[in-house]
Amino acid sequence: MSEGEEGPASEPLDLVRLCLNEEVYVKLRGDRELKGRLHAYDSHMNLVLSDVEETIYVVDDEENDEGDEKIRVEDDQEIKSVTKKSEMLFVRGDSVVLVSPIEKS
Amino acid sequence: MLFFSFFKTLIDNQVTVELKNDIQIRGTLKSVDQYLNIKLDNIEVVDDIKYPHLSSVKNVFIRGSVVRYVHLPHNAVDVTLLEDATRREAANQAAKAK
Repeated sequence: MSEGEEGPASEPLDLVRLCLNEEVYVKLRGDRELKGRLHAYDSHMNLVLSDVEETIYVVDDEENDEGDEKIRVEDDQEIKSVTKKSEMLFVRGDSVVLVSPIEKS
Repeated sequence: MLFFSFFKTLIDNQVTVELKNDIQIRGTLKSVDQYLNIKLDNIEVVDDIKYPHLSSVKNVFIRGSVVRYVHLPHNAVDVTLLEDATRREAANQAAKAK
């Protein structure tokens, strides 16, 4: 590779590098997703994000579902989504499925 | 190595480790190694009604591979420094791969 570190994206991880200090969407194992500002990553996809909103999708388990957002799918199957916030979060890379920049509108 | 160094800078800070089995353990970060295994002191389990297993444990070693998240105090992290270190690490990796 001849280009400097701010060169064009040529490898997959270069795309992630260009997301530094930008809002990203991260999809994780276990029906979880995160939105937050990316501050660090490595080749394992370990990440550090700030101002994170985590969304967890759970198929209805009947207990304390007040106030949680619900998405109706098909007939009577219900998927709950729970959101949690974290000011600064380290994410271990082995849970990460994908990282994508969030388009600014 | 980037995150190993990063966690070393966080030693003696209060952190919450969320494991892949959903248990959250809050405690003082006492040490970390290259596998990101973590040692915590003075621990408490966040939802100890649901997870009473560790109610008499004060001090834990957590295998790095079972960690999902580590919640960190915002003010313990210098994000600009971290981004620079990440770019440096990325450049090193690229040079190595050449």
